[in-house]
Amino acid sequence: MPSDLVAEQTRHGLLLLKTRILTVIVVLTQVVGDYFLTYGMKQVGSMVGRGPLEYILALANPWVALGVSLLILWLFSHMVLLSWADLSYVLPVTSIGYVLVALTGHIFLHESVSAGRWCGVFLIVAGVIVVGRTSPSTVKKEERS
Amino acid sequence: MIKWLLVAIIVGATSIGEVLQAAGMKRHGEIHDFRPGALGRVFSAIARNSLIILSVVMMAFSFFAFMALVSVADLSFSVPATAFSYVLETILAKTILKEDVGWHRWAGALLVCAGVALLSL
Repeated sequence: MPSDLVAEQTRHGLLLLKTRILTVIVVLTQVVGDYFLTYGMKQVGSMVGRGPLEYILALANPWVALGVSLLILWLFSHMVLLSWADLSYVLPVTSIGYVLVALTGHIFLHESVSAGRWCGVFLIVAGVIVVGRTSPSTVKKEERS
Repeated sequence: MIKWLLVAIIVGATSIGEVLQAAGMKRHGEIHDFRPGALGRVFSAIARNSLIILSVVMMAFSFFAFMALVSVADLSFSVPATAFSYVLETILAKTILKEDVGWHRWAGALLVCAGVALLSL
């Protein structure tokens, strides 16, 4: 039936759309969250050999708190994405974050990017494209209630 | 030496945690409704999901080990060093989660892993 075909295509299109939107949120919250966390932890100092209380106290640093808040958002958006998408799809596709870190370092912080690092950026982008062309969800839905 | 011990803890805990998270969310089922009230119900449901609780415990281990690592090492060491989890998690996704890991997915995981290693140079 043509109408079934249209419905199937619409369903697939919606799946791809929400997968892409969630992927962008997952990538941005992780990249920005990690950046603020590292920035704040450099102010707090070495945590090696410290007790649990000192980890909690590290949250008093505003950059650490901001980083942790973004990483909590990352955790939730990652869970929502994994509610339909395969782990072996989500994992390589969200790695575009590494490329973002390298590019923002180059553009905003004027860090030099060596030829080897550009090769790394190229390989990750290639990996994301190769996996991004597969269907986000391959697991049979029979187990679901 | 302490850096590599932390890297091993991070890779192990992240891989186990993400596999548990994926399994827990698949058990919950696909999320369709993105209105705030519906999302609130989703999170109260997954907070009682044993696989998710266990995964959050593993992610917390991984997170605190990562916090300790970035306090003594640069992010440009910490992030690439933990990239081995890509290969480990793809293996676990195929064997435990029974995902259809075709050659595109293997190639992608290996390209990303190699790319992350090159970025750390």
